[in-house]
Amino acid sequence: MFFENLWKRFARAFIEQNRWQMYLEGLGNTLLIALIATVIGTTIGVIFAMTKYINRKTGKLKILSKIADVYITIIRGTPVVLQLMILYFIVFSGWDNGIMIGAITFGINSGAYVAEIARAGFESVDDGQMEAGRSLGMSTAQTMWHIIIPQAVRNCLPPLFNEFITLVKETAIVGYVGIMDLGKIPGLIQSRTFDYLFPLLIAAILYLAVVMVLTKILHILEKRFSKTDRDRGGVKNGKHK
Amino acid sequence: MENTNNGAPLIQVRNLKKAFGELNVLDGVSIDIKKGERVVVIGPSGSGKSTFLRCLNCLESATGGEIIFQGTNLLDPKVNINLHRQHMGMVFQQFNLFNNKSVIENIMLAPMTIYGKKAKQEGKSKKEFEAECRENAISLLRRIGLEDKADVYPSTLSGGQKQRVAIARALAMNPEVMLFDEPTSALDPEMVGEVLELMKELAQEGMTMVVVTHEMGFAREVADRVLFMCDGVIAEEAEPEKFFTSPENPRLRQFLQSIL
Repeated sequence: MFFENLWKRFARAFIEQNRWQMYLEGLGNTLLIALIATVIGTTIGVIFAMTKYINRKTGKLKILSKIADVYITIIRGTPVVLQLMILYFIVFSGWDNGIMIGAITFGINSGAYVAEIARAGFESVDDGQMEAGRSLGMSTAQTMWHIIIPQAVRNCLPPLFNEFITLVKETAIVGYVGIMDLGKIPGLIQSRTFDYLFPLLIAAILYLAVVMVLTKILHILEKRFSKTDRDRGGVKNGKHK
Repeated sequence: MENTNNGAPLIQVRNLKKAFGELNVLDGVSIDIKKGERVVVIGPSGSGKSTFLRCLNCLESATGGEIIFQGTNLLDPKVNINLHRQHMGMVFQQFNLFNNKSVIENIMLAPMTIYGKKAKQEGKSKKEFEAECRENAISLLRRIGLEDKADVYPSTLSGGQKQRVAIARALAMNPEVMLFDEPTSALDPEMVGEVLELMKELAQEGMTMVVVTHEMGFAREVADRVLFMCDGVIAEEAEPEKFFTSPENPRLRQFLQSIL
């Protein structure tokens, strides 16, 4: 029977010898890499974006801003798989924690993209906002904190969340240097069962599930953060007088 | 107008210069502004009048000269400009209210941010100090007749209301001088009146004001002195009566003819 045969193939790919644990382990590693990479990437990206913004507005932080430019150019101009190999085989060649190396690679890589997204967010805030804050005697830092950053964050959430979702899937490249992430598991299982069908399907479904859950969460977050005054009926906290 | 001050001008501008590349937007501007004086600056577009005003509180960095405000040269790089801007209110053509803050937060933000530390040292709790700032903000809102708008966001206000809030925001810092950069130029005609009315009230209370405007009626009525800027210099300077009825500078005569 055709279906019986299919079931056997599925059982071999998922149930026998507790192979499902391998998918879960891979999934865990993928999520761990993506999470650490997101934290590193967002930190680097926001710092560099702010550096470039402040440099353009005030002329300060010239050197740091140049460093940001060089960093963004190099990272965006080279394939991430090469960046991974350089970090894995050369920079951290003595370190056997592949997951951390993968996370660092993607953090550094994502930072360049986040920097551009965040910079666009900062640029989208009207220049008059900074001038108004400064004209009242507040410092650049105070104005950034109270006025510019909240508006910039609101403006760049959708592309930023896109970047996070892309990152989850992109990390599958770490399998290239032998790190056991979800993308690497189907090949491992196939090498024992000589059957690719279900291992690939299962891995794909798991990625899809993660992305769908993530999309949902980020959508809710985005709604909450990006609420503008108009969405609240123009009244703070929805209080109508 | 009587000036009650000890005689020293509040702001002394000496040979102020500002160049953008090759272009000399300000080509040596000198003027003394006394405490309580209302100075109105008019001139054709591109004459440097807005740049002059923005240089006064260093929103534009001048390329030469001196601006002495309360005895300090603001163009000295060692000067902490933030301290001096706290005493110079600025009102912009485009209002520039903080979009992410409600009306009352717009007014409270600067005093709370800037004087918060000092209040703490004086032993006030954060709550007490905030209540104090809020009270002050509410009384400012009452004064501009927008108390009921305290909790709305700027995007829901009309242009005239926005500009009145912007004036209140500047007043919340108790400035020594108010700088107005074409405060009514972005307004619909029917809203100009309410903003000018508020500015006249300020003038009557003795606020030192420097106003760049195209409102000749306002200049005539409120100004102690009217300056005509042209090609980056003050081409004529006179009391409003003399300024409008018997202008000496031919460029000014031409300018007045074209707008009146």
